[in-house]
Amino acid sequence: MSFVSKPRFHHPRLPRNSLGLTRRDYEGAMSTLCAGCGHDSVSAAIVEACFELDLPAHRLAKLSGIGCSSKTPTYFLSKSHGFNSVHGRMASVATGANLANCDLTYVGVSGDGDTASIGLGQFAHAVRRQVDMLYVVENNGTYGLTKGQFSATNDRVSVGRKGQRNAFEAIDLAVMAIQLGASFVARGFSGDKDQLVPLIKAALTHKGFAFIDVISPCVTFNNHYGSTKSFEFVRDHEHSVLATDYVPYHETITASYAEGEVIDVTLHNQCRLRLRKLDSDYDPGDPVGAVRYIMDRQAQGEVVTGLLYLDTGDEDLRGKLEMTSRPLNSLDEDALRPSPEVLEAINVSLR
Amino acid sequence: MKTNEFVLKFANVNGSGSASANALVARAIFRMGVPVAPKNIFPSNIQGLPTWFEVRASARGYLGRREGIDLMVAMNPQSWDDDIASIVPGGYVLYDNTFIQKFERSDITPIGVPLTRLVNKRFEIPRERQLFKNVAYVGVLSALLDIDVGILEEMIARQFRGKDDAIRANLEALAIGRNYTLETFDCPLDVRVEASDAVGDSIMIEGNAAAGLGCLFAGATVAAWYPITPSTSLAEAFERYCSRYRIEEETGRRAYAIVQAEDELAAIGMAIGAGWNGARAFTATSGPGISLMGEFLGLAYFAEIPVVLFNIQRGGPSTGMPTRTQQSDIISCAYASHGDTRHVLLFPADPAECFEFAIEAFDLAERVQTPVIVMSDLDIGMNDWTTRPLAMDPDRRFDRGKVLDADGLDALERFGRYLDVDGDGIPYRTWPGTHPEKGAFFSRGTSHDEYAGYTEDGTVNVRVMERLLRKFDTARSLVPAPVYGQDTLGATLGLIHFGSTGAAIPEALEMLTNRRIHVDSMRLRSFPFPAEVADFIRAHEKVFVVEQNRDGQMRSLLINECDIDPARLVPILIFDGFPVTATRVTELIAAAVGHGSAAGGSEAA
Repeated sequence: MSFVSKPRFHHPRLPRNSLGLTRRDYEGAMSTLCAGCGHDSVSAAIVEACFELDLPAHRLAKLSGIGCSSKTPTYFLSKSHGFNSVHGRMASVATGANLANCDLTYVGVSGDGDTASIGLGQFAHAVRRQVDMLYVVENNGTYGLTKGQFSATNDRVSVGRKGQRNAFEAIDLAVMAIQLGASFVARGFSGDKDQLVPLIKAALTHKGFAFIDVISPCVTFNNHYGSTKSFEFVRDHEHSVLATDYVPYHETITASYAEGEVIDVTLHNQCRLRLRKLDSDYDPGDPVGAVRYIMDRQAQGEVVTGLLYLDTGDEDLRGKLEMTSRPLNSLDEDALRPSPEVLEAINVSLR
Repeated sequence: MKTNEFVLKFANVNGSGSASANALVARAIFRMGVPVAPKNIFPSNIQGLPTWFEVRASARGYLGRREGIDLMVAMNPQSWDDDIASIVPGGYVLYDNTFIQKFERSDITPIGVPLTRLVNKRFEIPRERQLFKNVAYVGVLSALLDIDVGILEEMIARQFRGKDDAIRANLEALAIGRNYTLETFDCPLDVRVEASDAVGDSIMIEGNAAAGLGCLFAGATVAAWYPITPSTSLAEAFERYCSRYRIEEETGRRAYAIVQAEDELAAIGMAIGAGWNGARAFTATSGPGISLMGEFLGLAYFAEIPVVLFNIQRGGPSTGMPTRTQQSDIISCAYASHGDTRHVLLFPADPAECFEFAIEAFDLAERVQTPVIVMSDLDIGMNDWTTRPLAMDPDRRFDRGKVLDADGLDALERFGRYLDVDGDGIPYRTWPGTHPEKGAFFSRGTSHDEYAGYTEDGTVNVRVMERLLRKFDTARSLVPAPVYGQDTLGATLGLIHFGSTGAAIPEALEMLTNRRIHVDSMRLRSFPFPAEVADFIRAHEKVFVVEQNRDGQMRSLLINECDIDPARLVPILIFDGFPVTATRVTELIAAAVGHGSAAGGSEAA
């Protein structure tokens, strides 16, 4: 980590978004992660995405569990409320927060230990419930804060820093999310900002559970030769299926593509997502095909990235619960409390 | 003559549909103006094991459980011998003489009715035969006890409103039993009901339903729960009442969210997330759930997030006796979670108080910014009680506590989430999304300074931990005060009780007085203990602490928190899982007094 404090000074000609804010306005405190940590790139991508989306930072809430990745919400969006909860339980806290106020945007940041081990149950159920949030896993295959134990996403073929063999099958969270009904599933790489930023923008705009599994190498414990979560390995074996261009609704799409190469999707906020097929066989609307494709490539040693699955038709949790469109936390006595006459009628019915 | 003073007990096979027939009898007696206390004593089983239903009627209003059965409705051959043995001399047993005709006891009166034969003559389908046999014995009882059959008929009509066939069949079954009895026996017995006005404006409701209603009137909007006996019916009651009273008129949409979570950890996590985000949120659980929620309770304590938890206590430890009652989570709730923690507890003694304390709990949780645990139990939660009407002050507003809005933040130079601005230990909080520039902070379970920043500075941590103690001390003046027994006479002996035990105490005090043992009583209603609790203890040479657990948990809490000499507090412990009886309390106290020792008494003694 760096221990030079961040200057408050802004260059006067820093670009501003439609809210008049600069990228600096979306940053957070100085990171305390290791120099070169993939997670810092993910934080930077979140900052970039929020800046480009013109999101008012205070209308976003950021939540996390425990671990290196869960520390990162301190390092972006300092004007947002944050909640660093307990290990593996961010999903439930985010679910409750989401129910309390439907007007905010929710970002959960977790890691592979926090999600794939202690938090696997809560993750699975947040997916099933279609909680309207962006859930990012910064996936490095290792427990960093406790000094390098294998995590449950570490591939079987991947070896430890000191040559240790990994005996157990890896959990592919993206495949799980597709099987459990997430409506937006993507895989990114912290070393590929051009791919990651549009994915985050699309996910933040998506209504429903948006999951991004970001391979985010741990430079200290899992970036060696033989690891399948190292910068070098992912760079060499990444296979991107769909390039995602996020198109704000006021912009027209100018580039033209051959038929069958492009899928345009209209998101909840009327913006469009233009998906450019890098592999013409891939259909992001077919969950079974997507899972087969990812597993086939995985067997060949490749890491499939990009937008893997998208369904804009399903209701989110609040819709499934038939909830009011007003934030629950804004309702007062008059909206929530039956009259004294109702209470009296209840008493009478109990006599 | 046992007019309006008797105990009626039903022995049935679980899953035979008897509970609703038995409840019908209890409610009819209540409707005749006689205070009743039904106790459903059921197994952890869906079908087949023995189950009992006791109905104590008491014109004097003594509604604790009483042993010694005046009339046993013995419908279960499995438990026959024990059931017969529990009848008082001179009592009665109603049984189905289609099968059983042998009796060992000559001091009770058998009343044999060929229920199966009578019902099978009229009904064909096996399930109907089973269900209507229950209704037929209700008819028998209406004749034996002189229960107003018009009330029973009206209740059946109300229960099956819109289903004329069901009403007709039920009324027919009722008449089959009633007519046979009137023709065959001298009715009524000396155990009987007489119309009275002893119930006044009382209502009859289960504690869990009352608590669910309390949550509705308290403005709770988010409920997350995981099914567990005996708390399940609380969440279900909340859902039922919300679906009736919380639907937006214009849209038909719901102004609430109820989530059946994947486990108790997720349930409390959701409630905490919602509380953090400004909604009134709660979860309901029982002992095993409390154990699972421990880590999250510590987080809510330390990050200072309001959340309400209902603990409907059952027999522990571990899975314990899931369908029996106890008060054995006192310590595990008062100090739930690792590290130094203390939680606000409320102890309702009956369903009316479940309603009132639910409302109180949400105000307290937001005022003090901390978890509040409402400590009910299976006896209060799952049994119908004769209780005073549900009441709330219509002018009362929700106390949302110290929450800063955008204007409040603008008026501040710098917001500090954990600054003790007012000196009462309670800081100001903000909800997410309030202000574009100010008021954002990071909630965390890690050690933090007054501005919510992470710190490993021990001095700062000590400061925060000491402020939390100050805050808990503020809570002491906000929680419900204890209440005293009517006959507080300045005796040298005192008695402390809380929760469902209270139902047996007035009768126990009378029994003790009859034995020339004079005892002042105080009912605890909250933790932290208001100052007068220690005053009461110090004003008496010996104080009996009556509670439903093995280890005297409330006694330990009193010793620890009030700095009391342990010798002053005499444990009176009843933890067999059945609701406490006045006789048992009296015997244990009399024994303790007789021995002249502080050894106290317990079930095993």
